[in-house]
Amino acid sequence: MAQLTMIEAIQNAHDLAMERDDRVVVYGEDVGYFGGVFRCTAGLQQKYGTSRCFDAPINESGLIGTGIGMAAYGLRPVVEIQFADYMYPAYDQIVSEAARLRHRSAGDFTCPIVIRMPTGGGIYGGQTHSQSPEALFTHVAGLKVVVPSNPQDAKGLLCAAIEDPDPVIILEPKRLYNGPFDGHHDRPVVPWKKHELGEVNDAYYTTEIGKAAIRREGQDVTVLAYGTMVHVALTAAQETGVDAEVIDLRSLIPLDLETIEVSVKKTGRCVVLHEATKTSGFGAELSAQVQEACFYHLEAPIIRVTGWDTPYPHAQEWDYFPGPARVGAALKSVMKEH
Amino acid sequence: MSNSVPLTLHVPEPGCRPGDTPDFSGFEVPVAGETRRPDPLTAPEDIRDLAFSIVRVLDDDGEAKGPWAGTFEKEALLDGLRHMMTLRTFDDRMLRAQRQGKTSFYMQHLGEEAVACAFRLALRDGDMHFPTYRQAGLLIAGGYPLTTMMNQIYSNAADPIKGRQMPIFYSAKDHGFFSLSGNLGTQFVQAVGWGMASAISGDTKIAAAWIGDGSTAETDFHSAMVFASTYKAPVILNIVNNQWAISTFQGIARGNATTFAARGHGFGIPAIRVDGNDYLAVHAVARWAAERARSGHGSTLIEHVTYRSGGHSTSDDPSAYRAKEEGHSWPLGDPIERLKAHLISIDAWSDDRHKQAEAEIQDEVRFAQKEAEANGTLISGPAPSPRDMFEDVYAEMPPHLRAQRQEAGF
Repeated sequence: MAQLTMIEAIQNAHDLAMERDDRVVVYGEDVGYFGGVFRCTAGLQQKYGTSRCFDAPINESGLIGTGIGMAAYGLRPVVEIQFADYMYPAYDQIVSEAARLRHRSAGDFTCPIVIRMPTGGGIYGGQTHSQSPEALFTHVAGLKVVVPSNPQDAKGLLCAAIEDPDPVIILEPKRLYNGPFDGHHDRPVVPWKKHELGEVNDAYYTTEIGKAAIRREGQDVTVLAYGTMVHVALTAAQETGVDAEVIDLRSLIPLDLETIEVSVKKTGRCVVLHEATKTSGFGAELSAQVQEACFYHLEAPIIRVTGWDTPYPHAQEWDYFPGPARVGAALKSVMKEH
Repeated sequence: MSNSVPLTLHVPEPGCRPGDTPDFSGFEVPVAGETRRPDPLTAPEDIRDLAFSIVRVLDDDGEAKGPWAGTFEKEALLDGLRHMMTLRTFDDRMLRAQRQGKTSFYMQHLGEEAVACAFRLALRDGDMHFPTYRQAGLLIAGGYPLTTMMNQIYSNAADPIKGRQMPIFYSAKDHGFFSLSGNLGTQFVQAVGWGMASAISGDTKIAAAWIGDGSTAETDFHSAMVFASTYKAPVILNIVNNQWAISTFQGIARGNATTFAARGHGFGIPAIRVDGNDYLAVHAVARWAAERARSGHGSTLIEHVTYRSGGHSTSDDPSAYRAKEEGHSWPLGDPIERLKAHLISIDAWSDDRHKQAEAEIQDEVRFAQKEAEANGTLISGPAPSPRDMFEDVYAEMPPHLRAQRQEAGF
């Protein structure tokens, strides 16, 4: 066991996966010699050589396009998109090619690629370094989409993604890289050092893609969250005293509907959280599914607490970010309604 | 100095539209045998002239000339002729099948048969092509069963891809033929990645990327060139310039560049133009590029200069945008007629044998069609199960798809 940041856990996952499987190749912008702008691939080129970890041109469609070719060849490419906000030039390759290759060729060709991208706000990144584009991936048949909320899962999910026979998108909440940020931006930064989920097994392990984790058991309301919003939810529950059951989805596709259903049927209430914009966000899918599966158990309307339907602002970051005050208000409101 | 002259937008126009008389006098056709053949390992900067010439082997009398000749034995050439004739006959039957309503769509190769048929023989088993929609010659020259191709075209019960894609979107990994995509250009860069993977793995396989003149305007073309250049990927980058992207003449994608091949120069990638209607020339240039790739010297950009004699697809009527006589005026002739003339000139073939071969091929294709239709067509007979559409979205079916399949009643 070691106490790691999320960055160290991700680096460690790369390292162990490359050690046990020669097919694993890691590349992206600034990923090689320098080890990535967030340091998630530090030391890999030095340890495994330039043909297994290398720098790539600033060309996201080329990064994913070549990755698809490598995956079809039989390698296990792990490609870093420097910020999720930069993935749009690669979207055609992801949607029309990586996601559909197995289906359109009836399994003749497959695409076991892993695409990692730092996501979400909280670092004063403005509209081009803060986006949460998960719904643009969950809408695509053939992709798996995961969002870790802590170092333990970040390592296990990355290892599982590398083993996975299909394309996996990993959205890494960059505000969680160095600590379990709960939305209180005006308070001192909390490091992973003291957090139990910062305690990471030294050995190689995988975390099953498609299984949610209950981070706080509760009786009154089910909170569905992923990434940074898991920590915001936990803090909001504590601050409001509402006995919330906080579910960390971890995997959006496939979705662990079973865990969600059991919880909502128990609590009878549901609040859905994400940083991304509200309209057509993944929260809309979640509330639709909860409604379909649990309608007769619901005692109040499902509430979504999300980013506003505006581009992610720079100076007004904390007015945009759905922090503990807004989440707390939603928890109290859902408890009042009948 | 102030300049107040109103600006105007320059929109290139082809030389000839319906009703005009085709004029290819501005299209320079080098004499067969004249273009030099440098050593395949020559540095790109020393062979820039090849991007502006056209490698040609067969002259107007069917004679093979110059330094690019001699890559073929007589027997192999007879096979080559047969491949092209089979492809043309296959196209003819499938066009008719489409018109009879047996399938939804078809794309023929008329006039372009030499490009893929000749190129295929320069690559080895284990290499991988990333084709566009007009390279079925790769399959035919590689010995892929005609019946299986037709099963795909009919989306019938024996379709290897289970009715999931439009006609001619084949996938044949064992034959070095990557699954086709309708999003043009995407596979040009995937081929580069495949080649990079071979190099990363220390293997000896190479890739061949394919793109049309129109799609070179896509960003993926640029992406492929950047990655191929940076990593010296073992991949042959083929542009098939058949002059027309549906109704858009090649000048719209080419802009003010002199040739498509010349685009390689900015990337330090050797570029070469070849007479795409000359079976011998295509093969010789493909071999030359393959040698570069296999020896670790990286990519080559090849522009195959040819002409799309038919419509873009069965949904297209070219008479609406180009002169009907344009194809007949095309200065590089017909690939089958040219190879036939060559084989006759070396006493390896005759008009009688040609007619006999045509009849045999007709029978072969008709037999394949009968066999395929026993497995069904798009509108009748056995068909893939609707249940199949839920398979292969993922290796393992996730719960939400299982639920949807159940809801759909399969």
